[in-house]
Amino acid sequence: MSAAAAIIRAGAAADQRPWPRHALSRDRWQAMAAALGAADAPSLQGVWAEAERVHALFLDAGSPLSASVEIAGGTYPALSPHCPAASWFERMIHDLFGHAAEGGRDVRAWLDHGAWATAAPLGPRQAALPPRVGAPEPPEFLLAEGEDLNQIGLGPVAGAIAEPAHLRLTAQGETLVRLEVRLGYAHKGTLGLMRGTPPRAAARFAARLSGSATVAHGLAYAHAVEAALGVVPPPRAVALRAVMAELERIRSHLDAAAAILAEAGAAFLETRFGWHREAMHEAAGRAFGHRLMMDGVAPGGLATDLAADGAAAIRAALEALAAELPDLVRRLDRSASLGTRMAGIGRLAPDLAAGFGASGPVGRASGRGGDARLVPGYPPYPALGLEVPTRAGGDVAARLRVRLGEVPQSTRLLRALLDALPDGTIATALPAASGEGLGVAESSRGTVWHWVRIEGGLIAAAFARDPDWLHWPLLEAAMRNGMLEDLPLCAASFGLTSSGVDL
Amino acid sequence: MTIWQRLRHTLRHGPATLPAAAPSAETAAALAARLDAAAQRRLGRSLAIRHVGAGGCDGCELELRALTGIVYDLERFGLRFVTSPRHADILLATGPLTRSMAEALARTHAAMGEPKWVVAVGDCAIDGGVFKGSYACLGGITTLPVDLVIRGCPPTPWQVLEGLRALIEANAAPAR
Ligand code: SF4
Repeated sequence: MSAAAAIIRAGAAADQRPWPRHALSRDRWQAMAAALGAADAPSLQGVWAEAERVHALFLDAGSPLSASVEIAGGTYPALSPHCPAASWFERMIHDLFGHAAEGGRDVRAWLDHGAWATAAPLGPRQAALPPRVGAPEPPEFLLAEGEDLNQIGLGPVAGAIAEPAHLRLTAQGETLVRLEVRLGYAHKGTLGLMRGTPPRAAARFAARLSGSATVAHGLAYAHAVEAALGVVPPPRAVALRAVMAELERIRSHLDAAAAILAEAGAAFLETRFGWHREAMHEAAGRAFGHRLMMDGVAPGGLATDLAADGAAAIRAALEALAAELPDLVRRLDRSASLGTRMAGIGRLAPDLAAGFGASGPVGRASGRGGDARLVPGYPPYPALGLEVPTRAGGDVAARLRVRLGEVPQSTRLLRALLDALPDGTIATALPAASGEGLGVAESSRGTVWHWVRIEGGLIAAAFARDPDWLHWPLLEAAMRNGMLEDLPLCAASFGLTSSGVDL
Repeated sequence: MTIWQRLRHTLRHGPATLPAAAPSAETAAALAARLDAAAQRRLGRSLAIRHVGAGGCDGCELELRALTGIVYDLERFGLRFVTSPRHADILLATGPLTRSMAEALARTHAAMGEPKWVVAVGDCAIDGGVFKGSYACLGGITTLPVDLVIRGCPPTPWQVLEGLRALIEANAAPAR
């Protein structure tokens, strides 16, 4: 066991379910932080806060490992000096709660662009702060130093149909010396809206963290609530949740493939993947009454059962895709120009991917094989089995191949699930009780975590960790010293979203 | 790919129109014809749309991207998404208008020439939707004069298309 993991496990276990949270003293937290630089240190998944403490979540050989420290004098010891992946989280915690990360490596504002009515809107001292006056402050960017450097700002309104994000490019001629991403434009105050509502009502906020992963977010949130309250969803709900999740996965991978191929100039392949993506949308709409299956998952089970002709609609879309996919992949293989266009572009080194706990296609294309469906695992996947495709290349081509490799796996899972759907009810009632729970689900973009504290049947505090928290900084790294003209293609291969990270 | 490969592929896998879209083909044809007449009278050959994501969940964006894909093929109606506000006739906004996006939305609107229309797409663009009352949101596209709202969370691509048709018709009224 690594030194950091040993320090965490020695902390008193608080009643977070299904994995305990270890409460550390300030000194032990600091010792843990200092040990995070070690090669065998557990992989940071996220850092978040509530009014009186800060939580850190790690994966230690696949097992979730939680630590927490109490806030003292408005501060807690920073993790970022030893673990750069903590930096954005520390900035978010400061902006939402006012807790300062003592010794943090980057203290610039993150979510707070100076336009909110109050500072630290979720913090304990929020009411005491005077309301803001005056114009929003412009975001601060890192300075560019050196000869012939140009800075170009793109966004927050950029691209034809896109979420808001600002990209600050520092270029030297055609070379992109540095890419800096600035998010937060889509901050909706989701965590604040969840507080004080019953878990079933708060599910609509979890489902709207990120539209392209609405099922995965809804599922991770439901897992957290069910763990906190000791509720087990009925077998039919468990199976149909997986049907929704795998449909969402296939659709998202086809969507990403079409976007990558559009940037690579492969119009025909783009069109065909786009066509099948639309067929998946339609099938989902027929099966569950909503093309994105938003609000389909509810804590305790499901809000919607499968429509009478739903299974047939899904099977038909899968048949059409399975009939054409091998042909499309062959075309991809045979095209020398496409191969040249994608090979070696936006290469993400395995050690960086590991350092930032990358998951999903971004991680798998750089050799990381984890998948939350299997480890830590949740029903019904461990019983069904699953192969997780990985690649070593770390480039645009590898990320595309990983996505396409997952499609037949999800197709197989869907067929198996639809062939053996259990009968029965679709939801278990939730008791108006108290508890703390951590939930996980694997989205098409990687691992989603949700954490909730429920008090007397109401959400007292919550957090959602979208996988792109850790993937945006990796896009910055993958494009360093790349060609400016490759940025759109590389960005499409990462397929990143803003809303889930912006909260 | 050569035209022959494409043809062979189409023969093998069928045409690229969704069977599910078949009942709507008539609506689509009628729509195209009406749009053609109306849009040309006011603004020439086609209407350009500048999208602004004002902080939604990306669900509305997802359906808008689907709208530009082959199955709906927006361009055959003379509607297209553009990146420059200067070339846009319609500002199409999604999201609850987060406070952090208010300035960028205003700037995009100011950069557009006249005449211009504002369309609010999705429940949260209309009144904040589920995000109503948040400290971080302005409760929908409240800072601009909205000409048309398209409901749904998110609206389907067909609903967006039908809504845009209504806008064209309203603004192409005779005696202008
Ligand atoms: S209306 Fe619904 S789908 Fe559209 S951005 Fe808002 S929450 Fe998302």
